[in-house]
Amino acid sequence: MVRVDGLGGSDSLIQARGLGKTYSRGGEQIHVLQALNLDVQKGEFVAFMGPSGSGKTTLLNLLGGLDVPSAGSITVAGDEITHMARRRLTEWRARHVGFVFQMYNLIPVLTAFQNVELPLLLTSLSKAQRRQHVETALGVVGLSDRMHHFPRQLSGGQEQRVTIARAIVSDPTFLLCDEPTGDLDRKSADEIMELILRLVKEYKKTVLMVTHDPVVAERADVTLHLEKGVLVEADSRQSVSSGGVR
Amino acid sequence: MKFLGLIRANLFRKKIRLFLTLGSFAVAMCLFGLLFVIREGFNQGIDVAGADRLIAYNRVGLVTPLPLSYRDRILQIPGVTLVTHQNWFGGVYQDPKNFFPQFVIDPEMQRKMYPEFSIPDDQWQNFVKDRQGAIVGAFTANKFGWKVGDRIPIQGTFLPGTWEFNIDGIYHGTRAKDDETQFWFQWDNFENYLETHKIDRYLGMVGWYTIKVDNPDNSLRVAKAVDALFSNSDYETHTDSEANFAAGFAKQMGNIQFLILSIGSIVFFTLLLVTGNTMAIAVRERTSELAVLKAVGYSDRFVLFLVLSEAALIAIVGGVFGLALAKGFTLLPANVNPVRTFLPLLYLSGGVFVIGIGAALSVGLISGFLPALGAMRLRVVDALRRV
Repeated sequence: MVRVDGLGGSDSLIQARGLGKTYSRGGEQIHVLQALNLDVQKGEFVAFMGPSGSGKTTLLNLLGGLDVPSAGSITVAGDEITHMARRRLTEWRARHVGFVFQMYNLIPVLTAFQNVELPLLLTSLSKAQRRQHVETALGVVGLSDRMHHFPRQLSGGQEQRVTIARAIVSDPTFLLCDEPTGDLDRKSADEIMELILRLVKEYKKTVLMVTHDPVVAERADVTLHLEKGVLVEADSRQSVSSGGVR
Repeated sequence: MKFLGLIRANLFRKKIRLFLTLGSFAVAMCLFGLLFVIREGFNQGIDVAGADRLIAYNRVGLVTPLPLSYRDRILQIPGVTLVTHQNWFGGVYQDPKNFFPQFVIDPEMQRKMYPEFSIPDDQWQNFVKDRQGAIVGAFTANKFGWKVGDRIPIQGTFLPGTWEFNIDGIYHGTRAKDDETQFWFQWDNFENYLETHKIDRYLGMVGWYTIKVDNPDNSLRVAKAVDALFSNSDYETHTDSEANFAAGFAKQMGNIQFLILSIGSIVFFTLLLVTGNTMAIAVRERTSELAVLKAVGYSDRFVLFLVLSEAALIAIVGGVFGLALAKGFTLLPANVNPVRTFLPLLYLSGGVFVIGIGAALSVGLISGFLPALGAMRLRVVDALRRV
């Protein structure tokens, strides 16, 4: 059960407490996130919505260990990541987080197979084991027959599938998807959403997704709205405990 | 090894750029190699000089001769084991551009003084018996297509007339850098010409003496003793080690070392700028990719290593290719390589090859360092926001 009131138990997979992020621009302090609390359980699919500049991507970056909060703490599967050294945080990301970006961000000079294999090169897996993992991941996203294609030889939807395969290949603790359908047409977007839903339902993946698209957000278990750095509203077809905001 | 595919893929991202950068390295390293080849060519005499040999020549200069009578007096100096003499001849074969050194020698002492030059005994015996005989180095013999038994004309310059010689033998150097260009003929032949033509000023005069000492440690003492022996005479001597004597010859051509250093520095600095710019562009255009690598767990140090290894690979491949070209140049035969007319021995040593690769690698790493540092410091969040 997703909570935003800071009263979630220690069994939460992802737990943020009093999370704040402030940027300094031209001498002015910009509070992107303010005293944000969040508890997400394993296997939940949470969508974050909100206008541009509301702090959605910043929140995702903080939860994924790509950025450091100005205040508060984040705990993932028992690991407090807020004060981790940069190097350890990098290692932690490799083990726990799968990233899906709006612009796919595949490496154009590598094939789909090689792109998906990238996170596994950091592990001690043998070449044969890596091959098996990559083929499985590409099989899950339905691109077994495209594994030796380069990104330029794939459609946008297929490129995003490769990105998802790359995100899941090392079996991370959770997936962070930043506008995964933002650059796709409706049909491709639906296919990607079907795939993400399959990851949640069949493979019990925990997914946190930022989107502008209400249709896409509707597919998530829970939609949280961010406005001016504050979680002001929660919407759920399951259940959300949000203290004062519900 | 498992990251080699990633490095290779990045290198081949822009093939034209890759080949142009490789070409820059290859041209620069080829030039570097050729500069060293020329330097080695000038220093050849120094490198092969005998540590136990001294050269005594007229204090006024090399063109002023010394009396033959000095030979026996030099032999009396303690520590001296052998003395021989040579004269510079300076003749021309067919065309003045066909330069090669010709020396008037003492057949009795020449082989003992220069054991590094190998010549079959029968050929040497024929030469000793033949007043018009000549021994020629293998390089010169090959260059002009001379064989043992050939009779060749040499046009005298300061001793005019056509000199006919019988090629009685061909010598080879026993070491890679030994000079195989020389042409030797007999002192008796030379003296006979002077007597016949009544050229008294050279009669009984030698160009210089070569002195062998029993121990290289005695060289300085013997040199001083020789010069002291003939001080205040009409023909004062200056005695030096064979290496210094050869270095003096090289210096007459100008400060080769300085020239090489200057050209080499300019080449490397230019190469540094070109490669640095290329690497900077290569890194900048894939900022988002580097950010993604970091996002999925690649460390800052790995990204630094990735960029540096790309620069290093370009430098090594380009460097090896360039040095191989320079080596190929040294192997060209004399008839298609004009440089060999005045520098017969073109030699690129393994040591120079290693120094060249080291220099190329250094330039590669230095030029790649700043872009690599930038890539290492890249913050994922900032990089992705830029896309």
